[in-house]
Amino acid sequence: MKRKTANWGNYPTIEADVLTLRNQRQANEFIHRDGPMIARGLGRCYGDSALSETILSTESCNNLLAFDSEKGILTCEAGVSLANILDVFTPRGWFLPVTPGTKFVTIGGAIAADVHGKSSGSFCDYVLSMQVMKADGEILTCSKTENAEFFETTRGGMGLTGLILQATIQLIPVETAYIREETVQCKDLDSVMDLFDHMGKWTYSVAWIDCVATGKNMGRSVMMRGEHARRADLVNSTQRRDPLNFHGLPKLDVPIMFPNFALNNLSVKAFNMAYYHKCPKGAHEHIVNYDAFFYPLDFVNNWNRIYGRRGFTQYQFLLPMESSYEGLPVLLEKISSCGLGSFLAVLKKFGPHESFISFPKPGYFLALDFPITKKLFALLDEFDKLVLKYGGRLYLAKDVRMKPEMFFKGYENADTFCERIKQWDPQQKFQSLQSRRLNIHQ
Amino acid sequence: MQTALILGAGSDLARALARRFATASYRLILAEPDTSLIEDLAKDLEIRSQAPVETVAFDALKPETHQAFYDSLSVKPDVVLCVFGYMGDQLKAETDSAERLRVMNVNYTGAVSILEVIATDFAARKAGTLIGISSCAGDRGRQSNYIYGSAKAGFTAYLSGLRNRLFHHGVHVMTVKPGFMRTAMTEGLDLPEILTAMPDRAAEIIFHAFTRKRNVIYLLWMWKWIMMMVRNVPECVFKRMKM
Ligand SMILES: Cc1cc2nc3c(=O)[nH]c(=O)nc-3n(C[C@H](O)[C@H](O)[C@H](O)COP(=O)(O)OP(=O)(O)OC[C@H]3O[C@@H](n4cnc5c(N)ncnc54)[C@H](O)[C@@H]3O)c2cc1C
Ligand SMILES: NC(=O)c1ccc[n+]([C@@H]2O[C@H](COP(=O)([O-])OP(=O)(O)OC[C@H]3O[C@@H](n4cnc5c(N)ncnc54)[C@H](OP(=O)(O)O)[C@@H]3O)[C@@H](O)[C@H]2O)c1
Repeated sequence: MKRKTANWGNYPTIEADVLTLRNQRQANEFIHRDGPMIARGLGRCYGDSALSETILSTESCNNLLAFDSEKGILTCEAGVSLANILDVFTPRGWFLPVTPGTKFVTIGGAIAADVHGKSSGSFCDYVLSMQVMKADGEILTCSKTENAEFFETTRGGMGLTGLILQATIQLIPVETAYIREETVQCKDLDSVMDLFDHMGKWTYSVAWIDCVATGKNMGRSVMMRGEHARRADLVNSTQRRDPLNFHGLPKLDVPIMFPNFALNNLSVKAFNMAYYHKCPKGAHEHIVNYDAFFYPLDFVNNWNRIYGRRGFTQYQFLLPMESSYEGLPVLLEKISSCGLGSFLAVLKKFGPHESFISFPKPGYFLALDFPITKKLFALLDEFDKLVLKYGGRLYLAKDVRMKPEMFFKGYENADTFCERIKQWDPQQKFQSLQSRRLNIHQ
Repeated sequence: MQTALILGAGSDLARALARRFATASYRLILAEPDTSLIEDLAKDLEIRSQAPVETVAFDALKPETHQAFYDSLSVKPDVVLCVFGYMGDQLKAETDSAERLRVMNVNYTGAVSILEVIATDFAARKAGTLIGISSCAGDRGRQSNYIYGSAKAGFTAYLSGLRNRLFHHGVHVMTVKPGFMRTAMTEGLDLPEILTAMPDRAAEIIFHAFTRKRNVIYLLWMWKWIMMMVRNVPECVFKRMKM
């Protein structure tokens, strides 16, 4: 049966055949059906990456299969969510090595987009091996050493190499469920970049950046950096009594779509100003639970509905290290002067990182949310030109509109990627609206 | 450590319930006609509960095996969840006697057969809880699913009588009327979102009601009122409706 489906940005919404996978046997059956299909986890990508005529929903393939409690090595099915892993393993002293800004993503989605977070590195750096069902139904086990080419193409490959069935991942040990967080107010772009470049030993870092501010305030930011708190770091007795558990605040919910006008330039400006000034001047340290540090947005269920029915998108670009210092101010200038105003904008620096087709590589990235409006896409095309000029690229998991050229020029291995996909999936079984838009199958 | 037995462990609701009980540190026994379908779930639950999980073959349609099935369990459960069910196809059931017998035999005969065996043990042990997953469809017969509905109505009446009997032995019986749930049973049906519970949410509500020893529950509060209205439509009007 056709079901209305959209990913996080609520744009586009399509009618698709949604097949719910419950086990491997079914995967084999579904994969031999006719027509193009794509895997979908929790639909937390923003655009059209997880949309196709037929959608293989992996949400219900969510068994934990093995756990080595000495080494912290977990094997699980692809539909297991990061939230679930945290719930089960943090109380036992294990944590995710890399996590994106929401915990409601699946392991399959985390691998297919090779997600990144506040730490250095990306999710697949910690994937020891995985099993993937190819278009012909064969199940391939791959890792950095076994079927290595398939592994490197599947990480960040947006579901186009096959259906990830299960993965073995390395968790990291923690003493507490808390983070020692330091926030630092930075008055402009130079000072926040300077802070990133002289970071020292912090494991986690990211900056929220005010993309509305112009002139001498351009790029003013709040840097947030963190370290897993040791037991000795904990400050109050509740935390000390039960360091690996905490009682989070109750969740809020946005029960209905907001009207389209709710989010306008004025409210965005006010929010950004308040956020900046809320942070005390200079550096400030405190202990927060991991939900508050990693997933502040998850605190409000369905917050994407505040953008209304028209939906929204995220523009996330990365500039290589060499051109960041010249390119970022130019792009920021362009963004703040175009009057679109982004509610949330995040800046981060990636360190050394190997990538075949996944997004992270050494450089700076900036991510901005925009409501879908008539003039938005034309404007983003202009941003694209600048991003390309500085040798940058866009993140596929957030994209809903880039042109093929942007993909092929931005990702240096794009051609090889397409060739490999063709070789492994000659019938072009795995297609998303995105992969077709980007001419990946041609 | 307490033990929970799940009858019909292969369904989405059963899986969610099993995980909820595993999280509360219950040791689990999973029963299902084809145990190969629940091996991965058993591994999952072992990791979550950090306790061994047993899988046992069980078929509601073979009442003659039920006593032996229960006797063979290495540990006798403290809580039993009777989750299995078979909705079948109403139109098919109207003409195909095998289909209608199956609907009646899974939902009513099979359920009564196994629960009577367990009830006898619980009554003797003077402890335990039985949870039966019945259905709102049993609250009043409607043309669109009255074969299934009447079997569930019978099951609901059975649970009510059993609750009455076992109360005097210190055993609790809870009846659950789910309303709509998004599971394999309802896949492909266009269910209204606000009246539909996801299995995880359903399991949470059932677990909570279990700890509070509730007798009869609807999962979502709206269903209580909807079914009250459905029950109160006069028969002379009801028979003319298309439901
Ligand atoms: C609030 C919010 C914050 C975010 N923050 C970050 C962030 O900080 N860093 C970051 O990197 N990302 C971030 N994201 C994006 C998100 O992490 C990725 O889009 C992720 O891929 C979503 O996982 P999912 O399970 O929802 O997958 P989906 O969105 O359902 O699918 C994403 C892609 O993965 C593929 N896929 C999913 N499952 C499988 C499978 N089993 N086999 C093969 N392919 C599969 C799909 O085909 C699709 O191409 C954020 C998203 C939101 C909504
Ligand atoms: N989903 C709803 O909206 C809804 C509404 C009201 C009530 N319910 C009730 O809720 C319960 C769970 O439903 P569900 O939606 O999860 O249904 P489901 O997906 O159809 O699952 C039914 C389960 O019952 C098992 N089963 C069927 N015949 C059996 C037999 N002869 N012996 C043992 N087990 C048998 C099935 O096992 P196999 O997989 O091996 O066949 C399956 O695990 C059922 O009692 C159902 O009637 C559901």
